[in-house]
Amino acid sequence: MTAVLDVQGLTVEFPTRRGTLTAVDHISFSIGEGEVLGVVGESGAGKSLTGTAVIGLLEPPGRIAAGEVRLAGKRIDNLAYEELRRIRGREIGMVFQDPLTSLNPLYTVGRQLMETIRTHTDMGEKAARDRAIEMLAEVGIPEPRRRIDQYPHQFSGGMRQRVVIAIALLARPRLIIADEPTTALDVTIQSQILKLMRQQIAEKGASMILITHDLAVVSEMADHITVLYCGKVVERGRTRELIETPAHPYTRGLIDSIPDTAHRHDRLRQIPGSIPDIRNLPTGCNFRDRCPRAQALCAEREPDLARQHATLWAACHFPLKPGETA
Amino acid sequence: MLAFIIQRLAQSILVMLVVGLISFSLFQFVGDPVNNMVGQEATIEQREALREKLGLNDPIPVRFIKWVGLAVQGDFGLSYRMGMPVADLIAQRLPATLELVALSAVMALAIGVPMGVYTGLHRHAWLSKVFLTVSLIGISIPTFLIGILMILFFGVWLGWLPTFGRRGLVDLGGWETSFLTLEGWSYIIMPAFTLALFQLTLIMRLVRAEMLEVLRTDFIKFARARGLKSRSINFGHALKNTLVPVITIMGLQIGSLLAFSIITETVFQWPGMGLLIIQGIQFVDIPIMSSYLVLIALFFVVINLIVDLLYYAVDPRLRVERTAGGAH
Ligand SMILES: Nc1ncnc2c1ncn2[C@@H]1O[C@H](COP(=O)(O)OP(=O)(O)OP(=O)(O)O)[C@@H](O)[C@H]1O
Ligand SMILES: [Mg+2]
Repeated sequence: MTAVLDVQGLTVEFPTRRGTLTAVDHISFSIGEGEVLGVVGESGAGKSLTGTAVIGLLEPPGRIAAGEVRLAGKRIDNLAYEELRRIRGREIGMVFQDPLTSLNPLYTVGRQLMETIRTHTDMGEKAARDRAIEMLAEVGIPEPRRRIDQYPHQFSGGMRQRVVIAIALLARPRLIIADEPTTALDVTIQSQILKLMRQQIAEKGASMILITHDLAVVSEMADHITVLYCGKVVERGRTRELIETPAHPYTRGLIDSIPDTAHRHDRLRQIPGSIPDIRNLPTGCNFRDRCPRAQALCAEREPDLARQHATLWAACHFPLKPGETA
Repeated sequence: MLAFIIQRLAQSILVMLVVGLISFSLFQFVGDPVNNMVGQEATIEQREALREKLGLNDPIPVRFIKWVGLAVQGDFGLSYRMGMPVADLIAQRLPATLELVALSAVMALAIGVPMGVYTGLHRHAWLSKVFLTVSLIGISIPTFLIGILMILFFGVWLGWLPTFGRRGLVDLGGWETSFLTLEGWSYIIMPAFTLALFQLTLIMRLVRAEMLEVLRTDFIKFARARGLKSRSINFGHALKNTLVPVITIMGLQIGSLLAFSIITETVFQWPGMGLLIIQGIQFVDIPIMSSYLVLIALFFVVINLIVDLLYYAVDPRLRVERTAGGAH
């Protein structure tokens, strides 16, 4: 069975005056039908760039310097703008972080839904409107017939994100890329939106890439998780395995910093230090300055991604054994 | 909507009354106009008769009310210098200025907006660089110099266009227009372009800056992500969001078009309000000056009203939220 999305060795570069900056460095992952892949990492890890590169919307001078992106087996990273445009919104739906700014303030919600449908299908005005109303109802917007003619500013943040999700799902895409879809919302709304997304994905049989810095969110939603650090995959595996027996000290650190009501820590354990500047990466392992297990080897050679156990792969010279703490 | 218009109208009337008061008080600051109007050898009786005729003997509030009452009917009294009704003088000159200003504004928008959009969308194209360089010249050379250079080039060297005056007019029931004959156009095109040039470059730069700004917003990113066509993104979504600032600036700039039209009219000997007011000031012709003031204020008030209505039409966030009950 071919994967819905298969990414191999994806590399994103920015040419700058002081040499080339590699923000995403040979990332590979793939997503099967109906699966949810969580992509996690701290700010600046390259999560958004990965999502943007997949749908071909990198802002110049950023560019895909290497790698392949395949959608249902067909390469899409080398398509002309116009060909890729037909895929965006139709086969791949996108949801961004900030629902308050994702919609054009000058047009009604209905107009924005309808123009999206009508760009991708030959539906008439009336049919498109009916479909838009139906979609608004599906994402849980009350009184869709009335709300469709309102402007974005007449909706609350959570409701706006529902509209954005409705737009992303309109053309029944096979894949949704959701970049921090709930980060800008407050906690109760967050879980409602996540629930909605999970349910819609399941109903439509779509797959999803869920990008977030919040490991707690992906551990609930995702089938597989990929952890990024400085533009590289440092660990990946099935959600359960990765959360319960992480091999990479960085993943361990992320898990330990999740607020946990069951085992109350006096203080949250934060990973010490901060993510290094990607313009000026250290030799060897990028995480070694913050790593409790770092040894001389870590400064010498960069670890490769290696299989740890079952589905778990990690890039670490001294990986954690199951049960071991950092 | 209606309430909004009524409120704005009330404000406008208030503004006009204040301006009226200022214009009226001009009369008090300047010496006895009768001296300027009659000869040295006029008798006291003759002077008194004239004073009575001009209504100069009434108490000031009465005179103000009378003045407003007449002004509302378009009667601004007699010009001190020419002894003719000011209203007639203005009626002769107003079409010339309004047509000049209107054509300039249309030129500035019709040329400036597309150039701004182009330079915003194709930042690195060579044509964008040409536009930007030329616009720098447009901004930095004073209007009168541009006018003179144009006269020299198109009028004197090439001989394509007349260098001064206003001819080829068609009378539309008291309004003489330049727009209905080729000759009329040949006279108006050069002064209008001269007047438009500064605004044109301003609008081009404004639209460019706004386009660059809007193209970076999330909703444009999202519009791309949902696969909309470039044309719909650039014009339907991006350009429309630049309209509010463009309307604002254009509203303000039409005022300065009026102001600069005085210079342009002088350079091209364009028989408009500008020439009238310059001569009026030279001769301390108070009725002319005060009525010009009132007229300009009226012009600004009307433009502001139009700008507000345009905002209202363009940006739904500015509409009064009466329909939004239970929106959140
Ligand atoms: N236009 C650009 N020019 C140069 N560098 C860039 C540009 N855009 C992104 N980067 C670099 O790429 C890195 C990854 O950016 P990205 O937006 O993918 O991070 P992220 O993981 O999504 O972080 P966040 O959680 O803050 O959204 C950043 O460290 C940034 O320095
Ligand atoms: Mg991001």
